[in-house]
Amino acid sequence: MPESVFAPWNDASQKPLIRFRNVTKSFGDFTAIDDLTLDIYEQEFFALLGPSGCGKTTMMRMLAGFETPTSGVIELAGQDIAPVPPNKRAVNMMFQSYALFPHLSVYENIAFGLRRGNMPKQDIDDRVSEMLKLTRLEKFARRKPHQISGGQRQRVALARSLAKAPKLLLLDEPLGALDAKLRQATQFELMDIQEKTGTTFVIVTHDQEEAMTVASRVAVMDEGRIMQVATPEHIYEVPESVYVADFIGDVNIIKGAASPVGEQTYQIKWSKTAAPLNAVSDRPFSEGQSCHLAIRPEKVGIHADRPADADNAVQGTILDIAYLGNISTYHVELPGGQIVKAQTANTRRVSRRSFTWEDTVWLSWTATAGVLLAQ
Amino acid sequence: MKRLSWFNTTSLTLGFAFLYLPMIILVIYSFNESKLVTVWAGFSTKWYGELLQNEAFLDAAWVTLKVAVLSSTLATVLGTMAAYVLVRGGRFMGRTVFSGMIYAPLVMPEVITGLSLLLLFIGIGLDRGVLTIVLAHTTFAMCYVSVVVSSRLLTFDRSLEEAALDLGCTGFEAFRLVTLPIIAPAVISGWLLAFTLSLDDLVIASFTAGPSATTLPIKIFSAVRLGVSPEINALSTLMIAIVTFGVISASLVSKRNSLRQQRDEQAAARAE
Amino acid sequence: MQRLILIAVPYTWLLALFLVPFLIVFKISLSDVELAIPPYTPTLSDGIVPFFKALDFENFAFLASDDLYWKAYLSSLRIALISTFLTLLVGYPMAYAMARAPEEWRPTLMMLVILPFWTSFLIRVYAWMGILSQEGFLNQFLLWTGLISEPLTILNTTTAVYIGIVYTYLPFMILPIFAALDRLDGSLIEAAEDLGCSRFQAFWLVTIPLSKNGIVAGSFLVFIPALGEFVIPSLLGGSGTLMIGKVLWEEFFNNRDWPVASAVAVILLLILIIPIVLFQRNQQRQAEAEQ
Repeated sequence: MPESVFAPWNDASQKPLIRFRNVTKSFGDFTAIDDLTLDIYEQEFFALLGPSGCGKTTMMRMLAGFETPTSGVIELAGQDIAPVPPNKRAVNMMFQSYALFPHLSVYENIAFGLRRGNMPKQDIDDRVSEMLKLTRLEKFARRKPHQISGGQRQRVALARSLAKAPKLLLLDEPLGALDAKLRQATQFELMDIQEKTGTTFVIVTHDQEEAMTVASRVAVMDEGRIMQVATPEHIYEVPESVYVADFIGDVNIIKGAASPVGEQTYQIKWSKTAAPLNAVSDRPFSEGQSCHLAIRPEKVGIHADRPADADNAVQGTILDIAYLGNISTYHVELPGGQIVKAQTANTRRVSRRSFTWEDTVWLSWTATAGVLLAQ
Repeated sequence: MKRLSWFNTTSLTLGFAFLYLPMIILVIYSFNESKLVTVWAGFSTKWYGELLQNEAFLDAAWVTLKVAVLSSTLATVLGTMAAYVLVRGGRFMGRTVFSGMIYAPLVMPEVITGLSLLLLFIGIGLDRGVLTIVLAHTTFAMCYVSVVVSSRLLTFDRSLEEAALDLGCTGFEAFRLVTLPIIAPAVISGWLLAFTLSLDDLVIASFTAGPSATTLPIKIFSAVRLGVSPEINALSTLMIAIVTFGVISASLVSKRNSLRQQRDEQAAARAE
Repeated sequence: MQRLILIAVPYTWLLALFLVPFLIVFKISLSDVELAIPPYTPTLSDGIVPFFKALDFENFAFLASDDLYWKAYLSSLRIALISTFLTLLVGYPMAYAMARAPEEWRPTLMMLVILPFWTSFLIRVYAWMGILSQEGFLNQFLLWTGLISEPLTILNTTTAVYIGIVYTYLPFMILPIFAALDRLDGSLIEAAEDLGCSRFQAFWLVTIPLSKNGIVAGSFLVFIPALGEFVIPSLLGGSGTLMIGKVLWEEFFNNRDWPVASAVAVILLLILIIPIVLFQRNQQRQAEAEQ
């Protein structure tokens, strides 16, 4: 699904499938969701990303109907869903524990939801077969949940929640119980199924890589509030706050004071001795306003000599080298104690590596490499 | 695992000898020819024959069985409901009183439970008989059932019920189609516990039974007060045999099930 | 609506057949005995005001003045305490050995401990009558070994009651202790020995404290029912064995003095409240510790 085509959130004429309007949910003194407003569109693969306890699971359980908002309104296709009990909602959920019924076979698990309506037996049969085929479980239809592997159980849970063709599918940490390798394969499978069925998926996860891989948009949450909603690329390249920049991937944060030097260009005074840094920013800063420059380590170059035409160049000594196989991260200490990480791809063998501990090196980056943030 | 030390072996041997010797002696002497229970006079099954001729015992056994089946079934229904309320009921008026009433009968001396129920039955003018024993047994057995079932419900993965609701079940359907089948083993052991408690009970039955209905324990108690008798030995042997058979086969079945489950899980993990 | 029925049914049942009967006992304990049916006065048919006026603490005063009851309560307490201690002495080594047994034996050993619990209580007590009597198996055995020359009188003494209580309540002691010891991480003992403890010190400083909850739970599970025990003292104990359960029974069935029997029950319950509350606290603490 090319992002350039599918972007209903930029289209004012599109009606969102789900609207959270000023939703607050508290449990006693604890506020799990704090005055949250959010739109999710049809056919989106929407990820709620955040550390545990940030309220993402509560949002999902409110959509499923297991919790009711303390205040505010949640709309599904324009209808307030507060009075609709879970068993009457066109919303299905895939549980973190999968919640497969241990006393029922794979087939019966998938048919469970279909049998609750008055669907003819033949249609149920057809639908279950379709689901078994979609999730490649045909061979295991007669088995009980404990007779299949973890990955297969995950697919049964998915098939069961999709069987009723819900308007919205909720996935609570759907890959959390799988090991790393299987998880990667399953991520693509999940995207594939989402595309085939055209169902709107809302996934809850604490794994940023997973969210970045599968989602059309990601909402980064913290303490019951949404910090930023954007496409994965946008979240990574243009974070709106230090929190988001820091939460997604690795980042260098350099604190300083901004001073405008031209249209959207600023100088940042960050150290008493060193020269100010140059940066470009859409966000306006006034003279002397404190700011944070966020630069991803892979955008910082490392050199033996001062590069001639760099926008920014600073000198430091190598403190640590983290060798990760495909890449290496250099921790470089600048005069004044600031540590900046620089990442390079290991295109040469280790023995030919150019830098080692205690070496004095130059770091450089362009004026557009970093993002200037107020907070 | 190391082998047991001599100390541990000794304490297990002596301990189990203490637990089982009295019953073994009882069983052996039920086949004694002599009327004198402590003198061995040769093998005989005549006491079993006499037992089967004894109308009073047979009547009492029939009453006991009726009471046990009725009260344990009622207790299982009520106890499961009570367990569900305790674990899933949330807050409601008088919850503390309710949980108090569930746990109190477990530690209440039987003489007090029996006395209080008898005074109630007399107070409301209910004739003592099978009905009153059933009511009494149901009341204390339901508490045991609810303890057994609620400990199972506590470890029950709540998301299974939520999944059922999510897939379109009403609350009752979710209970019937998902919760009940999964907690069934606990409900069954609750029933068995209630059943044996009822079969076993002397004190409460003595208070609540009328002249029209005598249970086996009451009969045995009045016979035993006069001393040891070979007929009672025979009856005890039969009861021990039934219980032993029941418990051993139940544990074999559950062992086989858990072994099968383990094997299946291993096979599934290997297939991955 | 469903929820209401679900709560109301067991609630009403317990109110009607547990709480109300107990209130009746309490009321009758404040009444006077009378030669009538029912054999006490007042009843509610006397009218509300005279009904409450006629209630008094006479029966309790009677219990306090007659030393039969005092002695019965005290002797019940003593018998329950001593037999709880004896059960612990027998039960702890068994539970310990079970926890140390090879893993594949443990379910079988557990079953062997539980099996007697499913057999009739009455039969288990009865089995000892044949063993402890004058011409019983124990005496025959001891005479045969030559340890004694005259048969001992054990049946119908307090000793027989101790044996009976230890025997019938042993599973209640073993199971919680076994559960505590079974959970105990074996490397803790090894760590203690590694840090210089002898085997016995490791047992005393690590195993015992960590099985304390099991010991406490098991002791209450024996002590509480033993206090109100009726069957064991009436079959194994003699006329000299005073236990309050038996006194209550005789007061009710033999003397037909319902008000006094009720007063005996009320006092017994008051005595029981302390250990029951302590037991609950122990269970709660344990549950919290596990979380």
